[in-house]
Order: sequence, then structure tokens, then C-alpha cells
Amino acid sequence: MSSTAVRGAPPLTQRDLAAALLDPAHPIPAGLVAWNGSDPVARFAVHRNNVVVSLVAALAETFPVVRELVGAEFFAAMAGLYVAEQPPASPVLAHYGDGFADWVARFEPAAALPWLADLARLERARVRAYHAADAPVLGADAIALRLADPSRLPQARLALQPSLCLVVSPYAIVSIWAAHQGQGRLEDVDPGRGECALVLRVGDEVVVQAIAPAAATFCGRLLRGLSLGEAAAIDAAHDLRASLALLIGQGAIVAWQDGARGS
Amino acid sequence: MIGLGLKSSHVAQVLDTGAAVDFFEVHAENYMVDGGPFLRHLERVRERWPLSIHGVGLSIGGEGPLDRTHLARLATLLDRFQPAWFSEHLAWSSHGGHWFNDLLPLPYDAVTLRRVCDHVDEVQQRLRRRLLLENPSTYVEFVASSMDEAQFLNEVVRRTGCGLLLDVNNAYVSAVNHGRDAWAFIESLPAAAVGEIHLAGFAEDVDAGGDRLLIDSHGAPVADAVWTLYARTMARLGERPTLIERDNDLPPLATLEAEAARARAVLRDATTAVAAPP
Repeated sequence: MSSTAVRGAPPLTQRDLAAALLDPAHPIPAGLVAWNGSDPVARFAVHRNNVVVSLVAALAETFPVVRELVGAEFFAAMAGLYVAEQPPASPVLAHYGDGFADWVARFEPAAALPWLADLARLERARVRAYHAADAPVLGADAIALRLADPSRLPQARLALQPSLCLVVSPYAIVSIWAAHQGQGRLEDVDPGRGECALVLRVGDEVVVQAIAPAAATFCGRLLRGLSLGEAAAIDAAHDLRASLALLIGQGAIVAWQDGARGS
Repeated sequence: MIGLGLKSSHVAQVLDTGAAVDFFEVHAENYMVDGGPFLRHLERVRERWPLSIHGVGLSIGGEGPLDRTHLARLATLLDRFQPAWFSEHLAWSSHGGHWFNDLLPLPYDAVTLRRVCDHVDEVQQRLRRRLLLENPSTYVEFVASSMDEAQFLNEVVRRTGCGLLLDVNNAYVSAVNHGRDAWAFIESLPAAAVGEIHLAGFAEDVDAGGDRLLIDSHGAPVADAVWTLYARTMARLGERPTLIERDNDLPPLATLEAEAARARAVLRDATTAVAAPP
């Protein structure tokens, strides 16, 4: 059914077009035409532009602080390269950008901002938390009942909010992020002072809170399914009461499985 | 009925003070998340307005098989929200495990027709509902095409029983971009199959030959030429649910409500005129 004009020419495939979409140096395959005889390459550029611009815009929405730190122009160039190397695997753009932080960490031109990758990690964690599954918070009464029987605490296993996530960094990522939300001044932040971010959704809002390293270790162990006793065995500096109060205060606990008494 | 796209920046206002529209449309893919505010808000909108769910990710024109995982996600979403209409595009958007976030053009030939019909059949069977297939904005044509877009769409409708989402802006954009007559295109579509109308704005560019090249930007008000075409289309088809699409350079909700009111007035005038034969 194909027209005589392409007799003998291999059919133009979506593989050819896909390759040309992501790589501006890739020649536009033959088989495209414009009614006025003008060069179809200039027209196909509309698609190249749509792909890169729309995906860079999606990344800019997920990583606004990274963008502010490097400037809009630098971000567009950096994100454009990432798009070409790691285009989305799924049409669900809420899932796009998981690999961005690791990619940024290897992106030489951004090496002057060594905290950039961890900030990307924090911003990505916020988007994931925003769209994470809902889970009812375990009620204060139910928690009080468990805390009233200390002998069962060490064996207990806690399930935390699906939105909860930790980002541990050797850089002051929470303070830098907060300064971009109008909380504190960026000039006052010592970027080399490491911080641990607790990220979770409370109601409709995603909360980002700096927590002590021992508290982060504790939460990380709970997330991996360790018992309360195993999770709490950190060091003398760890204030278990404070860590639990933090989780309870943020509504982070969704289930509490009692251990057998004395087991 | 006149509808607007539901935008996350407007949703609080919509839920709080309402909106002067008859339905809302959402992009399916934005709601394929595990939980959180998006789904909660959409549930509240759905309690008050009929919903149109518009997919942008199925890649119905794709050379490979449909993404069954994506189809399953769509089925879940449609089951949950029970939209009045479900639509997708005559285009492809993924290849080789990559998704391009753009609606890419197809050659209108026998091979593509068979493939598109197979995919539309599969979608309608899996989702157990009629699909409205949207005509695209295109910028290039294929040497391999052996029929025009209207012939192609007629055949897809005839073979699959799907409906059409007639995007009047796309019809205008494609007609200008390929030196054709937009009305001739609209006139040759199967009128009864048209289940929804889209109106949107375009951006102006020129091609390498210096001729107008219109870009479907969804970033501007509906153009006068498209309003004229819409009035003529409604006079021919009779009333159809009509959506004002705006995704970029988003104005306040009130501006979009004013555009919706204009659509309502154009629709009323056009369908009243048709009731009084000369």
C-alpha cells in the first residue's frame, strides 16, 4: 500500500524516529515530507523540542531547589542531558527522576556543589512521599496501651507510613532546602555540616525535618523491619524516648505488632 | 456541556467555591499514583461533576504491543472514578522501553490501520468501554501514507466501533501545517461517532519554506479561527461535550471559566441556528 515514492527504500520505523528524537546529532530518517516541499527536518524539530522541553519541565517541577541552586539555564542544560540519557520508562511522570540524583553526582560540571545530588535525593523523596499510599495513623490510645507494657517493647515491630523516607547526607541538605522555602538564610548555612532528613506526608503536606543521626539510624532499622529492641540498640547518645515521640508526633506509626512476652 | 481540564493549582479553589463548568477532564497518567492528595481531590471533584478521563500514555499507534501494565493501571483508574468519557490519541509515544511525553505522528497506510485497529480493539475489550480516539496535531507527513487522516479515522471507527474526540484546534493546526482545508477534514468525519470536542490554543512558527507552522501548545486562549470552526462544527453535529484545554502558561480559573462561557454562547448560537432552516 505504500506509495511508489518509497519503492526500494526501507520503511521508516518508529525505532528510527525514536533514535532521532533523543539525539539531535542523529540524522532524520528519510520518508518524511512537507506539503510545500520544505525540509521536514525543521518540522520534526518540533517533536524533538516537545520531548526535551516537556521532560525538563517535569524535572524542574520535581527539583525546584536544585534548579534554584544552579540557575534555570544550567538546570535546563543539565536536565536535558539527563533526559537524553535516561528518558522515562513509564508514562506516569510521578515516577520519573529516580535516577537523577545519582546522575547529578557523576555530572562533572556540577562538582562545585557537592551537596547537589543529596538535595536532588531529598526533593525526589518529597514527590514520592506526596504520592505514596495512604495509611491510617495508629491511634494514640492504641500506642499508649503498648507503651504501658515495657516488657513487650523490645520484640515489637512497627510499620511506618508508606510515605516515610530518610535522606542521610554529609551536607546540610535540610537547612539548604529550608532556606529555599524562606526558613533561615542560605548565607548562615554551613553546607559541610551533615544532616539527616526525615520526609513524610502528614495530611496533604509533605514534612521535611532534620533529625539526629541516631534517630535516623533507628528509623532506618524500623523501615527494614527490625524489632524495636534491635532498632534502638545504637549508642548511649540515642534517646529512644525522643525518637518514638518524634514518630508518634508526626503520625508516622501505622501498625504495632506486639512481640511475645519474654520471648 | 462545557468542561475544563482540572489543574492541581486550581483544585483547592474548585472544591472551595465551585466552578462555572459542567464537567472536568483529567490526564489519566497524573492519577496513577498509590495515594495522596491527587486521588483524594479527584474523588471530591467526581462527587460534584461528571468526569472525562483523557489518556496520554497508551501509545495506541505504537509498533510494539500495548503496554499491558499501563492498560491495567487504566482499568483500575476507570473502575474507581467511572468517568462519563474516556479518550486517547491517534499517535505513538513510547518505543523500546522509553516514553517520550509527546504525541508522535503515524503514516496513514494499511499496516498502521490494522495495528491501530487491533490496539483499539484490545483497549475497548480490556476496559469494557468505548474509547474516543483523538485526531492529532501533526507537523510532518509520511511519504508512505496512502490515505488521508479523515479516511484513516473513518476506517478505525468502522472497524472497531470506537468514537472520536474531535480536537478542533488539532484539525486547524494540521490543516494549516499541511496546506489543507480544516473544514473539509471535519466534514468528512463520521458525525455520529464524535463524542467529545477539544478546543485549545496554538503557537505560531514558520517552517523551512517560510510557511506557517502552528504548534499545538495548550498555552494560549482558543484562536478566533478555531472558534469559527467550532461554531460550524456544532451547527453540523449538534451539541457535543466540549472541553477547553489549557496545560501551559496557566491563567487564573476565572479566565478559563470566561473561555468556557464563550464556548457555551458559541454552542448555543450554532445549535439554535441549525434548528431554524432557511
